Amino acid sequence: MADKTKVQRELAAQLIAETERLVAPLGRPVRFMEVCGTHTVSIFRAGLRQLLPDTVELVSGPGCPVCVTPDRYMDQAIAYAGEPDVILTTFGDMLKVPGSVSSLNEARAGGADVRVVYSPLDSLPIAMANPDKKVIFLAVGFETTAPTAAATVLAAEQQGLTNFYVLSAQKLVPPALRLLLADNEARVDGFILPGHVAVVTGADAFAFLPREYHMPGVVTGFEPMEILRSIYRLAQQTAAGEARVENEYGSVVRPEGNPAARRLLARVYQPVDAEWRGLGVIPASGLMVNEAYQRFDIAAVQPVKVLPAAKKTACRCGEVLRGSINPRECPLFGKGCVPEHAVGPCMVSVEGVCAAWYKYGGGRFHYGQ
Amino acid sequence: MDNDKITLAHGAGGRLSQQLVSDVIVPILGNPVLNGLHDGAAVRMEGHVAFTTDSYVVQPRFFPGGSIGRLSVCGTVNDLAMTGAVAKYLSMGLILEEGFPLEELRRILQDMRQAADEAGVVIATGDTKVVGRGAADGVYINTAGIGDIIPGTNISPKNIRPGMNVILSGFIGDHAATVMAARHGITLPPDIQSDCAPLAGLVQVMLQAAPHIAVLRDPTRGGIAAVLNELAEQSGTGVLLEESAIPIRPAVQGVCDLLGFDPLYLANEGKLVAFLAPEDTEPVLQAMHAHPLGKEAAVIGHTTAEAAGQVGIRTSLGGIRVVDVPLGGLVPRIC
Repeated sequence: MADKTKVQRELAAQLIAETERLVAPLGRPVRFMEVCGTHTVSIFRAGLRQLLPDTVELVSGPGCPVCVTPDRYMDQAIAYAGEPDVILTTFGDMLKVPGSVSSLNEARAGGADVRVVYSPLDSLPIAMANPDKKVIFLAVGFETTAPTAAATVLAAEQQGLTNFYVLSAQKLVPPALRLLLADNEARVDGFILPGHVAVVTGADAFAFLPREYHMPGVVTGFEPMEILRSIYRLAQQTAAGEARVENEYGSVVRPEGNPAARRLLARVYQPVDAEWRGLGVIPASGLMVNEAYQRFDIAAVQPVKVLPAAKKTACRCGEVLRGSINPRECPLFGKGCVPEHAVGPCMVSVEGVCAAWYKYGGGRFHYGQ
Repeated sequence: MDNDKITLAHGAGGRLSQQLVSDVIVPILGNPVLNGLHDGAAVRMEGHVAFTTDSYVVQPRFFPGGSIGRLSVCGTVNDLAMTGAVAKYLSMGLILEEGFPLEELRRILQDMRQAADEAGVVIATGDTKVVGRGAADGVYINTAGIGDIIPGTNISPKNIRPGMNVILSGFIGDHAATVMAARHGITLPPDIQSDCAPLAGLVQVMLQAAPHIAVLRDPTRGGIAAVLNELAEQSGTGVLLEESAIPIRPAVQGVCDLLGFDPLYLANEGKLVAFLAPEDTEPVLQAMHAHPLGKEAAVIGHTTAEAAGQVGIRTSLGGIRVVDVPLGGLVPRIC
């Protein structure tokens, strides 16, 4: 074994032992929520959950953009895709997300022109090459990806494109955390805060956690060791009864964030009440294209009507996203709902909580047990 | 030939078909067996014979380090090698789309010839069909192969016992990362290219070093995750991997991070995994390190009596996570 790995494992074992020692006097398990889907995947990939003592539980939050996108948005996207003069561009993981009756994959099989892109900017050459079509980018994501979508709108303006649009379901993380804390159904003792979001918003955007809710938070990166250090720091605060936002990702995240990216957001979007799957409508938690750029907003230029179709399934994605149940407590998990035939979006997205539980052995995997 | 594109007439069995064979195929692939141009090839084999077939549909057809032509020879030679056989003869079935450029066909055939020469295998017989425009995407190739099984070898998942070592012959994911990068217009560093290569020679030196290697497998579609799960399942043992021991190039890891893939699930076209007893491990590793295709060979894990049928991996933090069976359709048309 390489020396580097040996040192890292020893360090990890020390941090874990120290964390266990810190929380022991509390006489109860502590629960920390990783808000971001990328953190969820990194935790499972590192086998971190099974290294932690039973007194430290991790619960996943609503930080997977695909998962929190509501049926209604998917229904709208599918309706636009059905128009003969529309090319829809999207990140690949949206294709399988179920709307109330269908999915983009099914729309595509039915002849709709739906193209997978790796960056919103890839939509612009498509728009240029197809002047007789409307090219609509499905802008889904958090503060992390919203600036790129905003930059795409500005680039379209600069290039004089008149056939590029976005359908925005972009969301902001802090308002969702407020909602979770309003009833604290998830019973969390602290938050592992998303590093990529904080790069844009700044660590200060989470200062309300300790100030208003006496809730500790640690901003951290995506390496397993960084996540483990954030758990240790949360345990320190919890054990001491303290609450503050610490920045474990200081090399990348500044207190004030990235002002240029925030200016981009402010120039193109305005905050709006937004619907989250599982969480309902959260005030000022979404980003809508503002009046100055409204001609790029397909929802404003050419509204589409979708029927409010209530879907009846036993899927409990909503509660999973709030952290109030774990995926195993859903009656469909691993039975009617598996990655090949996902019922809920938490099983569709590679960053979805249910997909991670399913792929990595259901919570805490123990080799040979 | 006057015409520079394939037409339906090239597959109709008439004069143009003959011209395609005599003016394009035979000058490139020709050898004493093929040149007979009979309905089939009569060849002499030594004893126990292995026989396999595979079809190739990779998109794009040319990529750094290989092409559909090179792949169609290496893939089948490697399938034979994994049974402990040295490939001797291949057949070639070409399905061409109307309008396919002859120049491109020549380049594909040249790649087949070169790979066949590297592997010491003879393309003994073939067939060409042409389908109408839109009925196929350019060209599909099928090859079948027969080879002599190296005497004294017995390669089977049934031979796997707890306590055996798992050897991987080199860096994983190079082929899939190269093809995906080519497809998505991502520029890779020049040292990253498809690992597409015939493994018959490497297998020969390994079996000379230790005739009782339990099993050999080439981790193509589904990567080492798929192959190791299959072997764990078939043998009823557990497989425990050591993450830090698995050779992955940083640039390949980078492409995976960008596109959301896990290198354990990526296809390889010039790599193998071997299960073998502890006492055979050192001699086999030495033989591999002396071979150009086994320089980075390493022990990446071992088999266990517990966790029967499962594959686990010990991560950089020391935790063990499960390596599950890949879903279908991870990367379409990778080979």
